[in-house]
Amino acid sequence: MTHNIYLYILAMAGVTYLIRMLPLVLSKKEITNTYIKSFLYYVPYACLAAMTFPAILSSTASIYSALVGFAVAVIAAYKEKSLLTVALLACTAVFITERIMIILH
Amino acid sequence: MNNKTYQHYQHGLRDGIAVALGYFAVSFTFGMEAVTSGLSIWQAALISLTNVTSAGQFSGLAIIAAGGTYLELALTQLVINLRYCLMSFSLAQKLDKTTSSLHRYTMAYSVTDEIFALDTSQTGDLHPAYHYGITSIAVPGWVLGTLAGAISGSLLPSFIMSALGIAIYGMFLAIIIPPAKKNRTILIVVLAAMALSFLFAILPGLKQITSGFAIILITVIVAGIAAKIRPIENHL
Repeated sequence: MTHNIYLYILAMAGVTYLIRMLPLVLSKKEITNTYIKSFLYYVPYACLAAMTFPAILSSTASIYSALVGFAVAVIAAYKEKSLLTVALLACTAVFITERIMIILH
Repeated sequence: MNNKTYQHYQHGLRDGIAVALGYFAVSFTFGMEAVTSGLSIWQAALISLTNVTSAGQFSGLAIIAAGGTYLELALTQLVINLRYCLMSFSLAQKLDKTTSSLHRYTMAYSVTDEIFALDTSQTGDLHPAYHYGITSIAVPGWVLGTLAGAISGSLLPSFIMSALGIAIYGMFLAIIIPPAKKNRTILIVVLAAMALSFLFAILPGLKQITSGFAIILITVIVAGIAAKIRPIENHL
């Protein structure tokens, strides 16, 4: 790593705090602009989706175990399991797939 | 602290227990990811203590691990944590007008999805002491979970760490899929963002854009178009 880790942390924490602090301190009025409200409403979904795919495919030792983990996570999330349950089920699926791949080779 | 303030604080502490348990589990994964990405146990805990945000920390970690620029990191945090801006606007409405600026500066530290949700569930004006009550149990849960995860992460063998690599994406899916089931526009937003992200990863030319900036661009484009076509008041 060529960058300073503490500067990284400072940049993260500083930006995150400012986002939370400025509206609380400066605003005494509600946002009424429908476009801005709608934009902010969709932001987390667009952002998390873009971060998840295709990055999820290269998050494990092999693309095959990642595909299985991805499928399991989508099904568990669709069944509205908790964040932790979905994460652990995906991990377990990856783990089992990678064990099977070793046996088959 | 007067008696009424103390009651609000205690109430917050009590409601915060569930948040703290949930945080412990999520930040455990963050701690493991952080040491796998090459951070020390204390650096991982420092990030959790100073940021208190799951998606922001995970995405920041990805950029730190990739050796991204400070600007890229700052912009990603801005985009991914932009929702807190809306929450803070909303909390500002719920505070008594006479609430001091000092309280506002302090409360801002722990505006998270879960704490915000509890804050808004209060009837009438929000008392800062309630927010502090939740914070003083939820944040230790967040930081201790990170520490525990970082310590076990540095002890676990690599085949287990490979399986855990998918954990954060599993959590992201668990956040976005349930609302996408109920709301067609969210479903389209999710699918469009994934499709664009895929194009950015494979198309020559677009591939040169770092993943951090690609995510910012995609988010602004997709959320911007969705807000134009389907403003939220029309279908909520």
